[in-house]
Parts: sequence; C-alpha cells; structure tokens
Amino acid sequence: MALLSGKTKEALLGPLNKNNPVIVQVLGICSALAVTSKLEPAIVMAIAVTVVTALGNVVISLLRKTIPNRIRIIVQLVVVAALVTIVSEVLKAYAYDVNKQLSVYVGLIVTNCILMGRLEAFALGNGPWASFLDGIGNGIGYGWILVAVGFVREIFGSGTLFGHKIIPQSFYDMGYENNGFMMLAPMALILVAIIIWIHRTKNKELQEEA
Amino acid sequence: MKALRKYLDKIKPNFEEGGKLHWLYSTYDAFETFLFVPNTTSKSGVHIHDARDSKRTMIIVIIALIPALLLGMYNVGLQHYMSIGVEAGWLTKFFYGLLALLPQIIVSYVVGLGIEFAVAQVKKEEVAEGFLVSGMLIPMILPIDTPLWMIAVATAFAVVFAKEVFGGTGYNIFNVALIARAFLFFSYPSKMSGAEVWVRTRASFGMGGGNVVDGFSGATPLGQIATTDAASFGEFTFHGITGQSLSIADMFWGFIPGSVGEVSTIAILIGAVILIATGVGSWRTMLSVFIGGGVGALLVNAFAQNALMGMPVYYHFLLGGFAFGAVFMATDPVTSARTLKGQWIYGFLIGIMAITIRVFNPGYPEGMMLAILLMNAFAPLIDFYVVDANIKRRMKRASAVKTEQ
Repeated sequence: MALLSGKTKEALLGPLNKNNPVIVQVLGICSALAVTSKLEPAIVMAIAVTVVTALGNVVISLLRKTIPNRIRIIVQLVVVAALVTIVSEVLKAYAYDVNKQLSVYVGLIVTNCILMGRLEAFALGNGPWASFLDGIGNGIGYGWILVAVGFVREIFGSGTLFGHKIIPQSFYDMGYENNGFMMLAPMALILVAIIIWIHRTKNKELQEEA
Repeated sequence: MKALRKYLDKIKPNFEEGGKLHWLYSTYDAFETFLFVPNTTSKSGVHIHDARDSKRTMIIVIIALIPALLLGMYNVGLQHYMSIGVEAGWLTKFFYGLLALLPQIIVSYVVGLGIEFAVAQVKKEEVAEGFLVSGMLIPMILPIDTPLWMIAVATAFAVVFAKEVFGGTGYNIFNVALIARAFLFFSYPSKMSGAEVWVRTRASFGMGGGNVVDGFSGATPLGQIATTDAASFGEFTFHGITGQSLSIADMFWGFIPGSVGEVSTIAILIGAVILIATGVGSWRTMLSVFIGGGVGALLVNAFAQNALMGMPVYYHFLLGGFAFGAVFMATDPVTSARTLKGQWIYGFLIGIMAITIRVFNPGYPEGMMLAILLMNAFAPLIDFYVVDANIKRRMKRASAVKTEQ
C-alpha cells in the first residue's frame, strides 16, 4: 500500500517523537499551559487542534496552486477561522461544560503557532493526502503532550482523573494534600520541561551544543 | 585523628581507578575532603591559595546561623507552652523546640544531600558543599508545623530544579532555600500562611501534650496588621498568642510567633556581625537592603491609607523575615550581584520590593521571599550594566588621553 510509505509515514509519525511541535519545535506552549489543569479539557483541546490542523492542511493543500503568494496568510487565516468556528459551535452544542472550561482557548486555536506553521511549511508544498497525515500527526504530537501534562496536573493538583477521585481518602486522612502549585501555569511549564529533559536524554542527536 | 587518616588511606584504593568501588568515588572524596584538608595542589600556572575555600565559607555561615537557630528553638517551646497554658522552665522549652525542629533538619539534609551525592556520582564530579547551608536554611524559614513529607518534596524540587538542572552549586540563578519555600508557599498555601501554622500546639515525641487555652490565636504580628480594619489605623498594638500585648523587646528578642529563623532580630544581628567580620557576607548588600526597606517604608508612610501603609519602619525591620532575608538570603554569593556597585543596587531594590509586596498585596503578608527571588533574576543584569558602565568610562578616559597626545 503506497498510502503510508516513506515521506507520508514520516509526515504522520515524525511529529509524535523527533519532530514534536511542542517539545522539539517549542510551539503551542501557551495553550499547553492554559488548558492542562484538568485531563478532560486537555483531551478535548487535543482533539480540536488535531481536527482543525488536519482539515486546514487538506483545504490549503487543495488550494495551494490557486492561492496568490502575497495574500496566502489571509487565506490561511480565513480557512482556519472557519474551521475553528465550526469546532467551537460543535463543542458548544455537544460538550458545553468543557467548552466553558476551555473558554477563549478554543477561539485562540486560530492563532496557534502549530497550525500556521504546518500550513506554511507543509500544506503549501504537498498533496492533500500527505498534508492530511501531517495534520493528524502534528495534532496528536501536540495532543499527547497536553494529555501527559493534564494527567499529572489533575492527579497531583486535584487528586482526581476526569473528575473522579483517584487518591484515596485515607491518604488525606494521613496528612496528604493536593498540590496547589500544580494548578498554576508555572508547574505546567516545568512539567513540559521534564518531558523535554527525558526526550533529549533519549535522543542525543536533538541535544544542542553546550 | 590519626586512626581515621589511616583508615581512609587504607580504603582509598577501593575507590580509585580500577578499584571495585570506583563508582562510589564521589562519595568517598566528599567524606575525605570533609574530614581532612585535601592535599592536591594546582599543577599549572601561578595560584594564590588562602584558607577560605567554599567548605570553610559554608561552615562560617552555619556558625552565623546558630544564634538564630538556638533562640528560634527556644521560641518554639515558649510559644507552645504558652499556647497550652503550662508553666515550664527555659530548658524544657528549648528541648521541646529542639525535638520539634530536629526531624525537619534531618529530613532536609537527608533528602538534599542524597540528591547531591547521587547527581555527583552520576556526573562523576566532586560533591559540592552548597547544600550544607541550604539544608539548614530550609527548616529555618518554614513554619514549625510544616509536615515532614512536604519538606522532603520541596527540598527535592528545589535541589533538582533550582540547582542541579542549572549545573549544580555555584550555577544556580535562584536561592535554593527560597525556592523550596516558594514551592511550598504556592503548593500548600494553607500550611504556609495564616494563623494556624506558626505555633506548634501538638506534642513533639510525646513531650508537651495538652489542650490549647481559650483565646489562643496564632496569627503573626504581620498577619495581624494585614487583617486590621482601616478604622484602627494609626494604633499599633500587636498581641501575642494568648492575647497579651507584644512589646518592641519581645520582637527584638524573638518571642513572637513566626518561623524558626526569622523571629529573633538580636540573633540575626549576631549572625550578621559574624558574616561581616569574616568577610563571608557582603555588608553592602545587607546595609542596602535595610536602606531600601527604610526608604520604601517612609514613602508608603507618607501616603498612608491603611494600617499596613502606616506601619513605622522599625516594625518592618523587626517583624517577619526582613532581617533574616537581608542577612542570610540576599547575601548568598551565588545568586546576588557580584560587583560592589551592583550589590548596592541589588540590595536597595530588594528592600523596596519587600516593602511594596508587604504593603500592597494583602494576600502575601510577607514580601521578603518574593522580593529576593525577583531580584535574583535581575542580579546578572545589574552586574552586566555595572561592568559595562565601567568599561565605557575607562574607554572614554583612554580615548581622551589619546587625543591629548
């Protein structure tokens, strides 16, 4: 099957690991800090970004030969804004509570650097199928960081997962307390830093010269 | 002593290249140089040696901390027996404080040094001395009732993320002990501030049990004034934990609720004298923190709108962690400014910031920790501009001389 070979495979799988948008390219940090205090919004955000990136990539890739070079950013913005509006409306209709938790950050997907980066760097120069895979890959690459950070933050910050109590009451009786620092943005940054630390340790070729 | 030297020499081959315990060399080296002055000499170039290596410097700081530590321990006992309404001799009070604090010191050292040794072992480096002081400071700047596991978590966090990731002792941007405190402050605010945490009312190892007397309130003087309503502004009557009024002498000696190290101003002053006399701490930094605090306090006094803004300068110096921070935290040679002019600017801004945070942010009755951490971040910048200004001035002079010729 030629659908997943060579370049397309790299487009899909690269962003999960060695070309990760968050921990290697260091893009999309702001939303990674803002929506990860609980696991549920983190997952919804990851799905939303994946959908928008994938569809946006496809649309731009289809239009790539007709978009005049000088106004391409405007065209990309229009496409992304339209997609984000659709996603936002869907969330409002079917997941109202999560949408409220995500507040402005759904709308701010428009300005997410990962999206514009993929449209500029990939979709404008590749076919729709490869662009679709690239969008999915980058969305998931962004998503798994969000989920990992959200997982740790919710467990240690609130003692819950998806709102269900995970840390048993006996721990609290013994003097354990939820870590309030986990609910603040700096701790999310430190968690991302830890993921980068582990990732660079495993992939020595990514380490910068000291 | 000789026997010890002989024993160390005997086991040394095990740790050297090819020995079966070579992987533990850093640990061996740490203990050997801790016990004996190392006999290695520099092999190239001309070097001037003096007796002030960092181990000796750290020991001096520890010695300077001891008065504050002892008076702090006594105060822990004093406040405890006052809170349960039991008469006790001063030795009993001191012993109670010792029992309350000792586990915290042990936890802080075991966790911190454990990480330091492990990291040194992995990186095949010598174990650095930096944690000797940090490990003592951490329990001294926390409320006495802080649970041990929180101290362990905070110490581990501070040593790894404030120190080791930057390259270990001497490379850290922020004061390690203050990072530990800041971590706890933001993680577990209910255990780090408020009226419940500054007096230990429980028994320590079965010693000094009892019920809290009626009318007990563990609020620190700074906490009291932060919650005073505007109507009583202008009158400064701080009260102790059983409602008795506190005199200036109580604050000076340190018989007030607060963390162990910070309460006794006299003990901190003794520490300051030791640090300045031995040249370990910078008197410029200490003095300029107080000048900055004084200027800041007088400024807000002039526009006083509430009790906190109207609080006289001497209360600012006597209460809370101001003096302790100025003497032991701001002068940290790694995180403070190094240039002499820079130390004046650095200290002055710490003083101003500490007063600003205290007065204008009712959420944080104490501003010293955040002020020092903030200025830690700016210390390299201050140094850069001081050095830069010096270079520019001399360049100007040099070019002026040139044109004259």
